[in-house]
Amino acid sequence: MNPVLAVLALPLVAFLAALAIPRSQPQNSRWWALASSLAIFVVSLILVATFNHSLGQEQFFIDRQWIASPDIHFAISVNGVSLWLIVLSTFLTPLCVLISWRSIQNRVKEFYAFLLLLEFGLIGVFVAQDLFLFYVFWEISLVPMYFLIGVWGHERRIYAAVKFFLYTMAGSMLMLTAIIYLYNLTGTFSYAAILDRLASGKLVFAPGEQMLLFLAFFVAFAIKVPLFPLHTWLPDAHVEAPSAGSIMLAAVMLKMGAYGILHFCVPLFPRAARACAPWIVVLAIIGIIYGALVAMVQPNLKKLVAYSSVSHLGFVVLGIFSFTRMGLDGAVYQMLNHGISTGALFAFVGLLYERRHSLEIADYGGVATVAPWLSTVFLVTTLASIGLPMLNNFVGEFLVLQGTATVHFTWTVYASLGAILAACYMLWMYQRVFYGEVNPEVRHHIFDLHPREWAVAVPLLAMMLWMGVYPQSFLPPVGKVNDAILQQSQVDVPVRVALPVRVEAARAR
Amino acid sequence: MPVSFPSSLDLARFLPEILLTIFGTLLMVLDPVIHRRSTNLFGHLTLLALAAAMGAAVYAGSLEGPAFGGMLIVDGFATFFRVLVIAAGMLTVLASYRFLQRENAEAGEYHALLLFSLAGQCLMAAANDLIIVFIGLEISSIASYVLAGYLRDDKRANEAALKYFLLGSFATAFFLYGVAILYGSTGTVRLDQIRVVLNGPNAPFPVFVTLAAALLLVGVGFKVSAAPFQVWAPDVYQGAPTPVAAFLSAAPKAAAFAVFLRIFTIALEPIGNAWEPLAWGSALLSMTIGNFAALLQSNIKRMLAYSSIAHAGYVLVALTARSDTGTSAAMFYLAAYALMNLGAFAVVCHLSGKGERYLSLDDFSGLGQKQPFTAAMLTIFLLSLIGVPLTGGFFGKFYIFQAALESHLVWLTVLGLLNSAVAAYYYLRVMVMMYMHEPGEAVADAEPLPHGLQLALVLPALGTLILGIFPNWVLEFTSHSAALMK
Repeated sequence: MNPVLAVLALPLVAFLAALAIPRSQPQNSRWWALASSLAIFVVSLILVATFNHSLGQEQFFIDRQWIASPDIHFAISVNGVSLWLIVLSTFLTPLCVLISWRSIQNRVKEFYAFLLLLEFGLIGVFVAQDLFLFYVFWEISLVPMYFLIGVWGHERRIYAAVKFFLYTMAGSMLMLTAIIYLYNLTGTFSYAAILDRLASGKLVFAPGEQMLLFLAFFVAFAIKVPLFPLHTWLPDAHVEAPSAGSIMLAAVMLKMGAYGILHFCVPLFPRAARACAPWIVVLAIIGIIYGALVAMVQPNLKKLVAYSSVSHLGFVVLGIFSFTRMGLDGAVYQMLNHGISTGALFAFVGLLYERRHSLEIADYGGVATVAPWLSTVFLVTTLASIGLPMLNNFVGEFLVLQGTATVHFTWTVYASLGAILAACYMLWMYQRVFYGEVNPEVRHHIFDLHPREWAVAVPLLAMMLWMGVYPQSFLPPVGKVNDAILQQSQVDVPVRVALPVRVEAARAR
Repeated sequence: MPVSFPSSLDLARFLPEILLTIFGTLLMVLDPVIHRRSTNLFGHLTLLALAAAMGAAVYAGSLEGPAFGGMLIVDGFATFFRVLVIAAGMLTVLASYRFLQRENAEAGEYHALLLFSLAGQCLMAAANDLIIVFIGLEISSIASYVLAGYLRDDKRANEAALKYFLLGSFATAFFLYGVAILYGSTGTVRLDQIRVVLNGPNAPFPVFVTLAAALLLVGVGFKVSAAPFQVWAPDVYQGAPTPVAAFLSAAPKAAAFAVFLRIFTIALEPIGNAWEPLAWGSALLSMTIGNFAALLQSNIKRMLAYSSIAHAGYVLVALTARSDTGTSAAMFYLAAYALMNLGAFAVVCHLSGKGERYLSLDDFSGLGQKQPFTAAMLTIFLLSLIGVPLTGGFFGKFYIFQAALESHLVWLTVLGLLNSAVAAYYYLRVMVMMYMHEPGEAVADAEPLPHGLQLALVLPALGTLILGIFPNWVLEFTSHSAALMK
């Protein structure tokens, strides 16, 4: 069986099976979710093993007609970028199951069912090669996340859930318009076929047309990333979501936006992308610095991490729009890094919340004395998030900054400010929560990690170290894809150029 | 016009209407004979009648062609709408079982009126002649007026019926005016002939034809509750008994759109450039007024009424596209809309309780905990109304806007799609209530889901999902019959 199809289909099967478990057996729901998500993770590792890392093109292509008119296909495949994003999703889902083991006590069955449905939607977004199918998965992933936030979240959960839904919906409506427009122009939803026509000069956008299409896609993705000033839904959603929701949201869902920019916006509308790049870079840099400054003054732990996400994702956008190989590599790597380290931060903040039932930094203090191991794993994660060498974020940020420096040194200068500020707000937060005088409430409530929590912490820390020390395990296929994207982004649409490899792959089928 | 004696083929093509009328009359006759407590019997009989009519509609569909000297035309389009309204009737009957018992209402008349109304709608679907359109419209409307006020002791129902009747008659007058002017200037009431005349060398003075088009637009626009002729809809939907409101929002609307499409894309297509701006404006206005007004509602029936105005706007977008794709999209959308809306109303009917006490949005709070199945069904309908993929509502919307973009209606598409993002908010509110609040009084009072309603929920939910996952099955039919209509 095609491994991509297996990785995509299994979460759906697991979701349907989870629905069949009786409501009265919450423990069975938990075990099922854990077992199935681990199985999916294993299958995704098989995908990694069978994937040819030395090729930059789409692999394991499946293409079946779904709807005859309009011509919609069920077309899926993976490339070197989506591969890692899929693994990121499958890696984090079992951890989310574990982290929610005790904290989710009501409507357990539905919770895990939605988590599995979310995994299905996310994987679908990364494998879809048909624009219509992509949109379908994009929207499907919205529904479970809406429920995860709205049903199992904190006090202002409803506001946050509705805001999250509406922001994304408004953006995706523009994207849908653009997708239909492209279809009417080309008669196909196939991503590869459209690229093919672009490259061969059969499809030519009028300049204004290209710009509007680019913007329609870009706004939808920028909301999801989120790019300043479209980020305001994010802190609300993060703060109100349950831990598992925050983790999946930060680690994977935001990457849908970045992936979309990289996979669709840049190759499909190269000229518009380059024309807009300076403006987008400015917004990204504002996001980096603004996110960091706002994070610094947050009294709420989750909000702090949420704003740090705005800052980190600014680096990703910056890297993409530097249009250099290093910048793109760094952007993709940073997407993965942010997934691991911010996912871990949300997980550990969740552990603190489970114990102390507060997210206010002021309610903590001296945690290190009471729970040394918890403090240690939190410290490693904090350092990773800051970008300490030997840990994962350093590699990504470094590549982005270096890539940017080769084209525009001033951008690098401003962006590095964000890296410095990150050290300030994270370390300051760490100091206030973990050091200092032991708050009596803390002494009373907080205890150290127990085995289930270790099972969450160890894989996360191991990944941080691995990705920080030996990025070569991950980067080669990413670089291959980025080469193709860069080549495509050189296409000055009306001019005929050599076909990028991915398009040849599509032609071959 | 020479009218020959109807042949057996004519009668076969007219069979659904004949059957519906016979059964309707039969129910009227049986009404005094059968004990008035045995409401279920009438329901069963009506389902039987509708099944027969459905069979007849499919049978008539296999004998495509004109009937009665071209006054009726049975084509794929007609068959599609006949089947659609009859199916809507069936779902209404299923949703009505418990309702009629609960309100202690007489069932015979109720079902008879339903059948008569459906007969009118089937006639509208197949009409190829403005006079037949008018007759069908009146048969359907008069039965609907009575149905809206069916609960005689209910003040709101009385108000609804009276309002519906007065405004409805007023709109019909506009329609007749339009017919008269069109007849006066073209010399015919047959739709295909009007087209020929308008295309021909002796085309009448365009001002009169445009005026006629505008008047017809007012008349039919009222029936489909398109803005700016929508003001009756919220009051009528709110006041009418819930199953009737469900029916009104689905079947007569679909039939009226069938007429709309036939008149405007066949007879008046030659002057399309004249009426297109009117339809454009009405579409945008309907979507905007419907969605924004729905945001402010606290009564679920009013909210669904405004939402139905907005959905009429989406279908008008398809009409404005003036293409086969547009017609096909409108057909598909009306089917999806009928299913999801009937389903949503069926849940309202279930939850509202005796005397329809519980109709506020707050009354849905905690439904997800107490009756997870009902809540799950309503969630499917709401997601479909929002337009989330894998539901019929999404695909319908997608298809409509694809048709619109094909006809270069870029602005209408962008505004329409942004409108549907606004719409998400009020549908989400219901979901918020169901899943994110603790159970309230209404949910505590709710009885377990009776069998009839179970079917009235499961069938449309299945239909909604099928339309969303395998749209091909219906799309092939709609695009084929839309292309053959002319």
